[in-house]
Amino acid sequence: MDIPLDQILVQTLNGIVTGMILALVASGLTLIFGIMEVVNFAHGELLMLGAYVGVVTLALTGDFWVALVSATVLIAIFGALMYVVTLRPLLGRDPLTTILATFGLSLVLQNYALWQFGAVSRKIPEPIVGHFNLFHLDYPWYRVAVALLSGAIIGGFWLFLKRGTWGIWIRATTQDRVMAQAMGIPVPWVLAGVFAIGSGMAAASGVLFGPFGGVDATMGLSWILRAFIVVVVGGMGSLAGSVLAAILISLLEAYASLWVSPSQAVIVSFVVLILTLLLRPTGLFVATPR
Amino acid sequence: MSRRHPFAFWSVFVAAIVLLIIAPLVLPEFWRRFVTEVLIWGLLAMSSDLLIGYTGMVSFGHSAFFGLGMYGAAAALLTTHPASLWAALLYGLIAAAGVAAFVAYFSTRLRDIYFAITTLIFSQIFYVIIFTSTAWTGGENGLNFDQPALAIPGLFSLEFTPKILHWFVLAVVAGSYLLLRRITQSPFGMVLQSIRENEARTRAIGYPVERYKIVSVMLSGLFAGLAGVLYAIQNQFAAPDFVFFVISGQTVIYNVIGGVGTLVGPIVGAGFFLLLSEAFSRLFTAKYLDPIGLHALAGMSYLVPLGLIFILMVIFMPQGLLGFARRWLNR
Repeated sequence: MDIPLDQILVQTLNGIVTGMILALVASGLTLIFGIMEVVNFAHGELLMLGAYVGVVTLALTGDFWVALVSATVLIAIFGALMYVVTLRPLLGRDPLTTILATFGLSLVLQNYALWQFGAVSRKIPEPIVGHFNLFHLDYPWYRVAVALLSGAIIGGFWLFLKRGTWGIWIRATTQDRVMAQAMGIPVPWVLAGVFAIGSGMAAASGVLFGPFGGVDATMGLSWILRAFIVVVVGGMGSLAGSVLAAILISLLEAYASLWVSPSQAVIVSFVVLILTLLLRPTGLFVATPR
Repeated sequence: MSRRHPFAFWSVFVAAIVLLIIAPLVLPEFWRRFVTEVLIWGLLAMSSDLLIGYTGMVSFGHSAFFGLGMYGAAAALLTTHPASLWAALLYGLIAAAGVAAFVAYFSTRLRDIYFAITTLIFSQIFYVIIFTSTAWTGGENGLNFDQPALAIPGLFSLEFTPKILHWFVLAVVAGSYLLLRRITQSPFGMVLQSIRENEARTRAIGYPVERYKIVSVMLSGLFAGLAGVLYAIQNQFAAPDFVFFVISGQTVIYNVIGGVGTLVGPIVGAGFFLLLSEAFSRLFTAKYLDPIGLHALAGMSYLVPLGLIFILMVIFMPQGLLGFARRWLNR
């Protein structure tokens, strides 16, 4: 049980980096839920499709950043279309039906991707190859860049919600959809726009994660599960809660994998979830439990 | 509850049972096995209907109960000599009940989507545990074991031929249906339905809603575990794939396609789904696609068209195939 200090430091960095990606995934999910009461089961599949779009554009253009932007934009458009075709008809019905519809979507998208791209995992090479020295261990700059970039996207999105006209419309729609419509806010467009933003965030995280773990058709499922844990632990619909919970869970998992294999380290996040359900079922980082 | 036309209901029930009894005598082996499996998956889906259709809680974690039923049966069949059917049933049900108690205790604290998500995550907990404890569960490879005999010690002992197995499964599923039907029509079942209709009001009347929910999740888990035991006996193996979330998802699909709140609907839904998946996976081979000029589709998973059908049904036919008969079936 003697773990050297530098290993702990590396795992802390690793935990924060994956935590930031997870926060990016979960904030898209929690945004869509908070505003539309839609639990987007296909969110992981949007991430996976985004990663594949990234792989394809990277092969075409050879530039990682072009791939990142084009995946984000394309999947955002795709997400908005998906919303209009399958979820708009369900507006006003029990939120549970949206889980069912998006679950169907995730089945279709996952199996389509499996058929289109095959079962072999694709690689995205790291766009930043440099390393820096952390004590006597090498740590890639790319990981640090990913954490910063994810943080920047979430921060930019938060500013947009607080300051931008569309952001104010989105918050108004969250509070009272009918009243917002009465005040002249184009609610249908706002909803489709929210879905587009959430999908784009999923796609961006997919491309950013690509260099770590490869891209395959089933990568969505493991992300959506962890994102679900994050939104339950952080409090569904709360952006700050999701970010904190994502980092907390990723850190704990990173530390746990010092002792056990990574596949068993997942159990730690399950334990966090169970404790949250026991002590504060509305979420750890929500101000007042109802 | 009014019982205006019990005769019509029972004659349809008996006719269906008779058809299912003669099925293995006339069907070729492939389709005999198909019908047996539909019955087992139908039992799993029916157990989930108690939650979805009657208590109004969508569980995305039924694979945990099903899988633990399988592994419980496996434990019994590997440790008893000669392999005992009753031990398999007992162990399987105990394992499923234990898991169900655990899941019920935590997940019923949450409602609606939160319940759905937590059941999903719980089933993944058990998947990870089973997948990683290689020493006991065989990990990814699962466990293989012998089929027990259908025996009552001192009275008789029958080897499980495919036909006898089919009849045994049919008897268990039909018995479970009658039991579940009785449960949903009992005062207990009425309370469950009132929780579905209006939870706050049910609580206001003075029913301990949480306790009712816990019991309904446990009952549902018990029947799901029973389905797992049957599946283990039929296929003589237990694998972590059956604890995986895909099974839970399919259970929900069977319910939605067949019609929730009908108990038989999920069995019909399972049959419909499995029949279509058989049809689509045959269609998506080059042999059938080339003549109609759709060679490009070869190798696609049947889940793509079935997923689309499922989405369309959620949007346009939320009552499911048997939704029209819902009131009649619950009379």
